[in-house]
Amino acid sequence: MQRGDSLSSPFVPFSPNPSIQQGTPTSTPPLKHTLSSSTSSNLRYSSSRKSIYDRHLNRSQRSELSKASFAFLFGEMVQYAQKRVNGIADLEKKLNLHGYSIGQRLLELLLWREGRSAKRETRILGILQFITTTVYRSIFNKPADGLEKSRDNEDEYMLIDNDPMVNSYISVPKEMSQLNCAAFVAGIIEAVLDGCLFPGRVTAHSVPTEQLPAKTVFLIKFDESVIERESVLG
Amino acid sequence: MSFYFAIVGTKDNPIYEAEFGTSKQGGDGVARFREEQRSMNQFIVHSSLDIVEEVQWATPTMYMKCVDKFNNLLVSCFLTAGNIKFLLLHDQKADDAIRQFFTDVYDLYTKTLMNPFYEVDMRITSGVFDGKVKQAAKKYL
Repeated sequence: MQRGDSLSSPFVPFSPNPSIQQGTPTSTPPLKHTLSSSTSSNLRYSSSRKSIYDRHLNRSQRSELSKASFAFLFGEMVQYAQKRVNGIADLEKKLNLHGYSIGQRLLELLLWREGRSAKRETRILGILQFITTTVYRSIFNKPADGLEKSRDNEDEYMLIDNDPMVNSYISVPKEMSQLNCAAFVAGIIEAVLDGCLFPGRVTAHSVPTEQLPAKTVFLIKFDESVIERESVLG
Repeated sequence: MSFYFAIVGTKDNPIYEAEFGTSKQGGDGVARFREEQRSMNQFIVHSSLDIVEEVQWATPTMYMKCVDKFNNLLVSCFLTAGNIKFLLLHDQKADDAIRQFFTDVYDLYTKTLMNPFYEVDMRITSGVFDGKVKQAAKKYL
């Protein structure tokens, strides 16, 4: 294919600017995969020039994760945390932190997926319902098993899960019977609450019964400011 | 018509800001603020944060149209689920176009947040994000 004299000579003047080429009446197509020196960055771009902004957020909506791979990962996570802490409370705190960053992202993603009719929650009951149904359904494919308000304290609520999926392959030795690895899920819940401006603490407690030996209660204790605001809103 | 756009985090810290002009009807997309006005933009936008905080408990919607007015400038706000505020300073009403712009930026912000190395309240320095915001501005504003 004849494209002009410049290609027949062995010394082709190389220049990123195709218009500088001599003797080529047809314009050469712009070079696709080289970066011009003006974008002096240390970032490496993928060769297909796609970034995370090109992925659609609904892409992973219907995909499911195998329980085995999650169980492996979670088991390793618990072991990793266990090596770096001394004490059960610290271990639960670390697991809580892991879940926290997930919860922050989950909150934004779920509300984005609701689309134009998305509503922010402004009341305690609203946000708790949101967690019980939407959040739980998106992670575990089923809503949580119960939501209760504590009779003794104004600021305590309890979310009940009869069989937390994260605990299904974790066996806790007798001397650490206080540990409940659902602290991970407690972290997710805490992040969702914090993001919606309902600061508080969420802890996981196991309350085994005869029919449900793995029953777990997430105790949600809101800060004073939340209760005050709730009473002002009426 | 010029716009000043800022994303403010949960601790009232700025995460991202951009200026652009309208690209419709012969506008060339470049912001035209007078020099003194430019430094005031930030102040005006951040002073409207107080009003946003008041209004956010009264309404469950995310797009709050115009929350504040300063001289002849309007501030519109969009509040995300995680309490991140998108604020736009503009001089003419354009509710629908601004809502579409905010929805686009919300999409971009959520994608940024999906990055496990990006924490909430970190500054957004990505050139790609910048480019896409400016593209959205060109499309809608």
